[in-house]
Amino acid sequence: MAAAEGKTSFKSLDEKALDEKPSREKAWHEVVLQTLKRNDIRLVPYVPDRVLTTLIKNLHADPFFTTFPTAREEEAVGIVSGAWMGGVRGAVLMQTSGFATLANVLASLAIPYQIPLIMFVSERGTLGEFNYGQSLVCRTMRPVLDSLAMEHHTATRLDEFEFIVDRSIKQAITTQAPVALILSPLLTGGKVFDK
Amino acid sequence: MSKEANSPARNTKVMNRFDLTSRLVAKLKNEEAVIGGIGNTNFDLWAAGHRPQNFYMLGSMGLAFPIALGVALAQPQRRVFALEGDGSLLMQLGCLSTIATLAPKNLTMIVMDNGVYQITGAQPTPAAEVSDIVAIATGCGLANSAWAADEEDFERLVEQSLSGSGPTLIAVRIDEKPGVGATRRDPVQIRERFMLGLGVRQAL
Repeated sequence: MAAAEGKTSFKSLDEKALDEKPSREKAWHEVVLQTLKRNDIRLVPYVPDRVLTTLIKNLHADPFFTTFPTAREEEAVGIVSGAWMGGVRGAVLMQTSGFATLANVLASLAIPYQIPLIMFVSERGTLGEFNYGQSLVCRTMRPVLDSLAMEHHTATRLDEFEFIVDRSIKQAITTQAPVALILSPLLTGGKVFDK
Repeated sequence: MSKEANSPARNTKVMNRFDLTSRLVAKLKNEEAVIGGIGNTNFDLWAAGHRPQNFYMLGSMGLAFPIALGVALAQPQRRVFALEGDGSLLMQLGCLSTIATLAPKNLTMIVMDNGVYQITGAQPTPAAEVSDIVAIATGCGLANSAWAADEEDFERLVEQSLSGSGPTLIAVRIDEKPGVGATRRDPVQIRERFMLGLGVRQAL
């Protein structure tokens, strides 16, 4: 949304809104938290990312959620898969390079066992990336998702974000198929080289 | 299977995976969940007699403990067992720290340690000659970790874990024999029947 309105600041629009406006739009991370809650998604393991900092902090602060770090992204996928089979819904948070470690677990657990794995991927590697390795690994993400015929959406605008998140969660659960929601720097502000 | 001179594993008996799995399954009277890791570990779980609360992995090597952790968090009133090979665990050692931090009381982890990748031709694991699984688990914060000295000790440790105040890890040295059975490779049916067995789903 920030880019759509021609903002040049590295701070995303929703962060500016938090600072400046007394009555304001919800920030993207508030949309994620509230939409998870509305869909009764309680278990949120993650491997952290700078962009996800506020979301992770707020998940920890809310007793509705059981949220904790894991050592690897595929470990988190295993945990939410087990929890779903046990009757508790979950979602996994990660960054692009973490998604790149998941091809095997997607192809051997989530997809063939028909598990509604819900993933939020903070997108590094584009729109101002400063680390060449991140920009390279980012290019593997959508080809992997497409080669497995997985549902995925790239969220760029705050005004359609809640619709995308809510509908994608519901579709994953009802069709028992995984989904990846990619959080573009256009939505989050991303991570920039500032030192 | 550590051969290190001062390792407690040195004095443990070399047992058999199918025999130990059968002993475990015989003790299950309360619809306990059992997650069988990739390969021989779940083949022997299958061969020990299918139960509605068994889940068999057909890939995702190393995720038996994380999957079991998820089940244990979702159903804290149910005891959850996870069976994993030493090679598989080496792929995902970080999960031991996650489990130690969350400390679910209802999780018992069993490591079948033969020091080799039996199913690919019995090549030794990188840990085979030097590493002690129980020492690793203890170092990760899993205080209730022990080698089973023999079959009787294994059964005792399993029973002790049922009333444990935290997660338990039991390591057993096993021989290099392959699994006895072969799991039917039908992932959707495996998952659906497991969910029925856990009372999460009703049959159509």
